[in-house]
Amino acid sequence: MATVSKPRSSSAGAGPVRSGTRIQIALIGCNHRTAPVELRERVAFTAEQALEAARELRRQGILEEVVVLSTCNRSELYGVAVESGSEVTEAMEDFLTSFHKITRAELEGRTYRWVDTDALRHLFRVASGLDSMLLGEAEILGQLRTAYGQALEHGATGPVLNRAFQGALEVGKRVRAETEVGARPMSVALAGVKLAERVFGNLKGHAALIVGAGAVAEQVVEHLRNRGIGNLRVVNRSHDRATELAARMGGEAVAWESLEKVLGAPDIIVTSVANAAPVLTRGMLERALSVRGGRPIFVVDLGVPRNVAPDAAGLYNFYLYNIDDLGEIVEQNKRAREAEIPRAEAIIAEHISKFHSWRAALEAGSIVDDLRGRFREQREALLRERLAEMQNVSPEERERLAAITEELIERVLAEPAQKIRKGGTMRGRLGAIDAVRHLFGLDVPNAKGSGTEDPE
Amino acid sequence: MLNHMSYLSLALYAASFVCYAWVLYAPNLWLGRLATLLMAGGILCHYFALLERSQGTHTIPYDDLYGSMSLFAWLLGVTYLGLEIFHRQRSVGAFVSLLLVVWMALLGLLAPHTIPAPPPAHGPLFAFHVTLDTWAYSAFALSFVLSLVYLMQDSILRSHHAGTAFWRFPALDVLDRMSRSSVFVGLAALAVGVTSGFVWAHRLTGSYPWGDPKVVVTLLILVVYVAYLLLSRTVRWRGSRAALVCAVNFAVVLFSYTFVNRYFTRFHRFF
Repeated sequence: MATVSKPRSSSAGAGPVRSGTRIQIALIGCNHRTAPVELRERVAFTAEQALEAARELRRQGILEEVVVLSTCNRSELYGVAVESGSEVTEAMEDFLTSFHKITRAELEGRTYRWVDTDALRHLFRVASGLDSMLLGEAEILGQLRTAYGQALEHGATGPVLNRAFQGALEVGKRVRAETEVGARPMSVALAGVKLAERVFGNLKGHAALIVGAGAVAEQVVEHLRNRGIGNLRVVNRSHDRATELAARMGGEAVAWESLEKVLGAPDIIVTSVANAAPVLTRGMLERALSVRGGRPIFVVDLGVPRNVAPDAAGLYNFYLYNIDDLGEIVEQNKRAREAEIPRAEAIIAEHISKFHSWRAALEAGSIVDDLRGRFREQREALLRERLAEMQNVSPEERERLAAITEELIERVLAEPAQKIRKGGTMRGRLGAIDAVRHLFGLDVPNAKGSGTEDPE
Repeated sequence: MLNHMSYLSLALYAASFVCYAWVLYAPNLWLGRLATLLMAGGILCHYFALLERSQGTHTIPYDDLYGSMSLFAWLLGVTYLGLEIFHRQRSVGAFVSLLLVVWMALLGLLAPHTIPAPPPAHGPLFAFHVTLDTWAYSAFALSFVLSLVYLMQDSILRSHHAGTAFWRFPALDVLDRMSRSSVFVGLAALAVGVTSGFVWAHRLTGSYPWGDPKVVVTLLILVVYVAYLLLSRTVRWRGSRAALVCAVNFAVVLFSYTFVNRYFTRFHRFF
């Protein structure tokens, strides 16, 4: 997994913060909710394609900063726009269709477009796992970190996306640490292993026995292996199949006839056999417990019909979970995770507010510069015009006049600059900035004196 | 009335409880470390509170109920901290710190406004005997808490209804090992404590106080806890049955600490 280092300054990456227009994040994408897998795989980006797309979007002047996030469940383009509002998402969609050579009709109703706070909120929700197919899954945070790290490394990001993505990574970590959204197992296989950990603690060095084979049983084995399980034995009716499974799982194959003999050794037993009658009877398990000196046995019974005799459930130091029990726990966990969504949303709202504060401070600085530039232009034009009519003004007097008018501009700007920077609430400051931009015509992208800088 | 150090230790125990409980709810390594640090801070302040009191009475606090209970709580904290570090397990901290907070608050109500008159001087061997026996009782109290958590966790595992706390509590195996460690500490302290008590009594009176009810009950405590340690390794008893035995054993400790001290013994009647 790529590690992301913080950029050295706020102006690292694609370039400095633009002056003259409102800083806006734009997003276009599709995910497992909006598009079927057939479409998602067509708009997916490889790592190289993601870099190429970021380069093209900036070269064509559609976006100044770009991060492409592409996983099996989503393809998303995040950017800081040169244009504003719907124009930029239109341009981004045009780019997406031309890049992947698909028609707009194919994407119709399959994508989502967000700008500004909505885009930021979506990014934070993605980082938190709230927008994932499996609520709260942790993998997305690593994928987000990798996508951002790659964009940062290749200079595709700038101060705005740096701030937004670092915020997203922090939100993702906080949501997982401070809420239950990312806690508790959400798959039957993991639930079985986590329950075994509630009995034995660390599973490193413990022994497991796999009776039969099945997809879920193999997932259980994978989780056990990840936890450093010691001895692993595989029993199957077909010894060849047992040998094959054992080789794949890194265990030892045991003949079906020896099942009862080896039953005393494992701490964890996973059964997944298609059999009408129980494979493990109460008597067999009683003897196994006795051989083990009463040390507990944890059994995950994935068979339908059940592989463990139901009357064995009452045995002392014997913990039995069948597929329905595990399914119920997964359901409980899902409900518990869903109940945590408001707490996660509160963390997201807190970080959106932080981002707004940062942006307002940035915009307050840029708007004063814009105003100063506008006033200087007017002053120079006026001085040129009026002084042309006054033939008897000496060069010294002209310079003196220029200095006085310059001082006048600074005096006029001092108070509004102070008020925009420090006064009132965040909402009020943003409102004041918008009002000044509108009154002085600073919100016109190509207005004279408010030129945007070329990202390249 | 508690002294300043006692108030400070109560505040630190309360703060450590908040951190331990928070970690139980939402795991956080640094907050967990802070909880341990706060607990250690509380124990240190509690030590100075006991020291201040001991300097006033010229002996360890055993003669009055307040002093004895305060020493008990301090030794409980020390034993828990030792086990936490040894087993690298913090999830029981919330229970122990809560017990300490309640205990210390109760002490605030019981605390006399003045330091009591010094009891008759009995010498360092006697102080050693009392300290070790109190330590044994506090270790048994800790094993009682651990056994209750074990029984709770076992019952949830069997009922298949896993709540939030279930995923945060220690594993049964860890609880079992912590409980046995605690009982082992208690038995060692009690054995040495009782022996030193016998030696001290023999030096003083020339005989051993075999007939004193406190001695009889203390020997009974030794027997029931040794039985627990042995049973907890057998096929039939290891697990929840042994945990139940450990929890029930604590009733004998409570009986010894309260009724026997107050009403039955002549030799050990302090408060």
